[in-house]
Amino acid sequence: MTERQIRLATCSLAGCFGCHMSFLDIDERLFDLVELIEFDRTPLTDIKHCGPCDVGIVEGGVCNAENVHVLKEFRKNCKVLVAIGACAINGGLPSLRNNIDLWDCFQEVYQYEGGLEGGVVPNDPELPLPFDKVHPIYEVVKVDYFLPGCPPSGDAIWRFLTDLLAGREPKLEYEQLHFD
Amino acid sequence: MNKTITIDGLSVPFQEGQTIMDAALAAGVYIPRLCHNPEFKPHGSCKLCTVKVNGRNVASCTMPAVEGQQVLNDTDELNADRLALTQMLFVEGNHLCPACEKSGNCQLQAVAYYLGMMSPHYNHFYPQREVDASHPDVILDRNRCIYCELCVRASRDADGKNVFGLSGRGIQSSLVVNSASGRLGDTSLAATDKAVQVCPTGAILQKGKGFTVPIGRRVFDHHTIKEIQTGGGHD
Ligand code: SF4
Ligand code: SF4
Repeated sequence: MTERQIRLATCSLAGCFGCHMSFLDIDERLFDLVELIEFDRTPLTDIKHCGPCDVGIVEGGVCNAENVHVLKEFRKNCKVLVAIGACAINGGLPSLRNNIDLWDCFQEVYQYEGGLEGGVVPNDPELPLPFDKVHPIYEVVKVDYFLPGCPPSGDAIWRFLTDLLAGREPKLEYEQLHFD
Repeated sequence: MNKTITIDGLSVPFQEGQTIMDAALAAGVYIPRLCHNPEFKPHGSCKLCTVKVNGRNVASCTMPAVEGQQVLNDTDELNADRLALTQMLFVEGNHLCPACEKSGNCQLQAVAYYLGMMSPHYNHFYPQREVDASHPDVILDRNRCIYCELCVRASRDADGKNVFGLSGRGIQSSLVVNSASGRLGDTSLAATDKAVQVCPTGAILQKGKGFTVPIGRRVFDHHTIKEIQTGGGHD
């Protein structure tokens, strides 16, 4: 077995985990991948904090204070930071709320929506502080590569990763580059 | 004798009165464009079709072709400028392609693909824009409007209705509707109007038509906008 030298971390911020699902869609190529890399923090390992890594892949935009802490931890630890998916790149569907007043949003969800017990907006110090707008991650930290798509296909992810791990400038085929 | 210009070294004939864009279109040379549609008078606003003529940047859709012009079009420098312009269009509006019915058939998106846009690069404005769903057959989603004025030109020059107009300047610009209420439902607009068909983005959409073409069979799924707009790319 070759030595696994490359450490890779992934996380989902304000995303739906769809990009992670698409990542799993590389199917049996995962076996090839784990020959090349070692996973650090990722939902696959359940490691809670990111250590020094070669590559960090971030799904989702930034919608609350916790997202910023995680994102900064990734930027600090990862030599190469990759934004994956529409949400990390332009805020995506969570940013649909950007033009709705945050308090209106909360009231709609927790108070006006039928069938909810209590009708109270949660307010616990354990809960991350929400921002009034959702932002793409490159508006908070420097991002080295972008992999668009909602989600990008397994093939696009594979193409990207194999290019990156081989030291090539990642380049998608025309049909692999899409924003939806 | 035929008059000619050169575009990226290629000799391209033109007739008196034609623009550089007209000559390129006739010769099947692709110059990226969003606000220009050969069926309507040039508007020269999106600047995507900017080319270098004898060392100067000009909008090819409004610049008359003149004998002997040496035009640079498909260069790294011009394409980098076009990419920046396209990225600005994305951040100045609210473009959530995964939730947009025009996705896959949208010229703004297709130009972004053509130019290899991996991210919008600039900080997002997330502007507050109105959606007008008052018309029974047509929806106007200003979040996706790029102010190309194609609907304005089409409604005025082809439909003879003057339904649309542009109001304000710069970042305050907005697309307005010509009715006392300002609502689309109170105009004589019909879904079959040219103004509805001509929008390059998902700002004006016919209701009830969303997602009728599956992913994989949409206009730009397998063909670049260059192939489509130069008449290639047909299956
Ligand atoms: S109009 Fe085009 S670019 Fe804008 S959201 Fe719709 S598909 Fe995307
Ligand atoms: S609605 Fe469409 S056609 Fe009209 S100005 Fe906006 S983008 Fe152009």
